[in-house]
Amino acid sequence: MDYYLQILLIVGIFITLTLSLNLINGFCGQFSLGHAGFWGAGAYASAVYSVFFALPVAAPINMAIACIVGFLAASLCGIIIGVPCLRLKGDYLAIATLGFGEIVRIIIMNTELVGGPRGFINIPHWANIYWVYAVALLTIAFMLNLKRTTYGRAIISIREDEIAAENMGVNLFRYKLFSFIVGAGIAGIAGALFAHTQQFLHPSNFNFMWSVIILVMVILGGQGSVTGSVTGAVLLTIFPEVLRFIGGHASDWRMPIYSVLLIVLMLARPEGIFGSHEFSSQKGKR
Amino acid sequence: MNQNFTFFLWDCLQYFINGISQGSLYALVALGYTMVYGIIRLVNFAHGEFLMIGAMCGYYVLRANLPMPVAIVAAMLSAGILAVIVERLVYRPIRKSGRVPALITAIGTSLFFEYSGQLVFGADPKTIPPFITEKIYNYGEVNVSNIQLCIFIITMLVLLFLWWLTKFTKIGKAMRATSYNLQAAELMGINTNKIISFTFFLGAAIAGLGGMLMGYTMSVEPLMGLNLGIKAFVAAVVGGIGVIPGAALGGFIIGIAENMVAGLYKSSYRDGVSFLLLILILLLKPSGILGKNVKEKV
Repeated sequence: MDYYLQILLIVGIFITLTLSLNLINGFCGQFSLGHAGFWGAGAYASAVYSVFFALPVAAPINMAIACIVGFLAASLCGIIIGVPCLRLKGDYLAIATLGFGEIVRIIIMNTELVGGPRGFINIPHWANIYWVYAVALLTIAFMLNLKRTTYGRAIISIREDEIAAENMGVNLFRYKLFSFIVGAGIAGIAGALFAHTQQFLHPSNFNFMWSVIILVMVILGGQGSVTGSVTGAVLLTIFPEVLRFIGGHASDWRMPIYSVLLIVLMLARPEGIFGSHEFSSQKGKR
Repeated sequence: MNQNFTFFLWDCLQYFINGISQGSLYALVALGYTMVYGIIRLVNFAHGEFLMIGAMCGYYVLRANLPMPVAIVAAMLSAGILAVIVERLVYRPIRKSGRVPALITAIGTSLFFEYSGQLVFGADPKTIPPFITEKIYNYGEVNVSNIQLCIFIITMLVLLFLWWLTKFTKIGKAMRATSYNLQAAELMGINTNKIISFTFFLGAAIAGLGGMLMGYTMSVEPLMGLNLGIKAFVAAVVGGIGVIPGAALGGFIIGIAENMVAGLYKSSYRDGVSFLLLILILLLKPSGILGKNVKEKV
C-alpha cells in the first residue's frame, strides 16, 4: 500500500512540476533545460526553513510557510537566471539554463549545512497526499485560467512569433520574466512538497537527467496543453512502474523499452499527444 | 622570490599541463558535437553514448588478445557505424518535425544506449590499459607523461586532418555547403543525406578514438557518456558551436579551468567551473569565442 501511495505522491508532484515547466516551455516558448535546478532550490530552501527556522505553530501552517519559502527561493533563482539569460534564444537559452541547473546542484553538494553529498535528513513529515493534490489542482486551475488573461495571451503570443508580438506592443522581457519567475516558483512549491513528503533530499535528485525527464513529460503531452502536461506526467511516472510488475525480461529491460517508446512516440506524433489543444467537454462551443 | 610562491607557480604549471591533456580528450568528443550541430542544428545528446559503445567494443577486442591498434580501429568503426544506423533510423525521420522533437528524440536515444549498455555490458567499470607504456619525464617540479603528450599530439593530428578534409576535399566542400544552406546544397546536386551520414560517422569515429584514449584516466562504464557528453557539449558551445577549431579551443579551456579549480581550490567544484564558464560565455558572446553572430531576419 505504501508503494502505491508513494507512486501517487510522485505523480502529483510531477503534475505540478510539468505544468510549471509548461508555462515556460509550452506557453512562452522559452526552452529551459534547468527545471530541476528550480525544483531543487525550492526543496532545499523549504527544508532549511523547516529544519532550522521552524516556527512553533501547527504543522499545516508551517507547511504553508515552507511552500512560500520554496516559492520565493525558486523564483529568486528564476530572476537571477532570467534577467541575464532571457535575451538568449532557442538552443542557447536551453544550454544556459542547463548550466544554471547544474550549478545549483553543485552549490548544494558543497554546502555542509544541508548535508552536502550525503543528503539532507530529518526533514519533518508535514505534507501528505492531500497537500500534493491540492497544490496540483490549484496549479491546473491557475494554468487553465492564465490562458484567458492578458498575461496569458501576451505570453502565448511570444511563443507564436516574438517579433510580431513585440510589434503589437507586448513587452517581451517583462512577460518572459513573468513566466520564468512564476514557472520557477511553482516548481519551488513542488520542491517543498517533495522535501516534506520524502523527508530526505539528495543532490542527485536534482541533476540534469531530471530536468530532461520533466521536459520530456511536457513535450510528450503537448507543449502549451494543460491536459497534455497532466497526461504526460501521469504516463511517464506510471509506465516504468507497470513494466516493473510484468516481470521477467520486461522488468529488466524497462528503461530501454521506456526510451524506445519515447522515440517511437516522437516519430509518430512530434507535437505531443494533445498538441496544444485541451481536452474539454465544451469542444466546438466556444 | 618567496619559496611558497615558487611552488604555487610550479603547481599552476602542472595543472595547466594536466588540463591540456584532459582538454584534448574533451576536444575530441566536442568535435563530433560541433560537426553534427553545424550541419543539421541538432544537439546530439547520444554522442557520449557513441563514445561509450566504441570504447566498449575496443575493450572487448583487447580482451580477445588483439593488439591495441586493432582495438582502436574497431572502436572507431563501431562508434561510427552505430552513429550512421541511429541517424538513418531515428534522426532522419524526425528532422522535418522541428528542433524540439529532434532534441527529445536524441535524449531518448541517449537513454536507450545507457540503459541497454548497463544490461548488455554490465554496470561494472572496465579499464582500458594505456596504449603505450607510461614514462614520466621530470622538468623541475613538473611531471609530464608520454601518454599526455601522445593524447595532445593525436588531437592535433585529428584537427589537422579535419581541416584538410573540410578545406581541400570534395566531400569537405559538400559538408561546408550543406552546413551553410541545406536546401541550396541539395539544389546544387549534393546528396545531403549522404553528407549528413558521413558527418555522423566522422564525429562518432573521433569520439570512439577519444574513448580509447580516455581508458587510462577514467574507466569505461555504460553511464560515462552522459557526464562526458555534457562536458564536451559545453566545450563546443564555449568555443563556438558549429566551428571546428572552436570545439578544440573550448575543450582546452574547459580542461584547463577544471584542473586549475580542482587543484588549487576544491575538486568538488570541478564541474561547477565549466558551467560557470559556459554561462559567462553565453552572456558575453552567445555564439561562442570563435563563433559568428547570426542576425535574425523577419
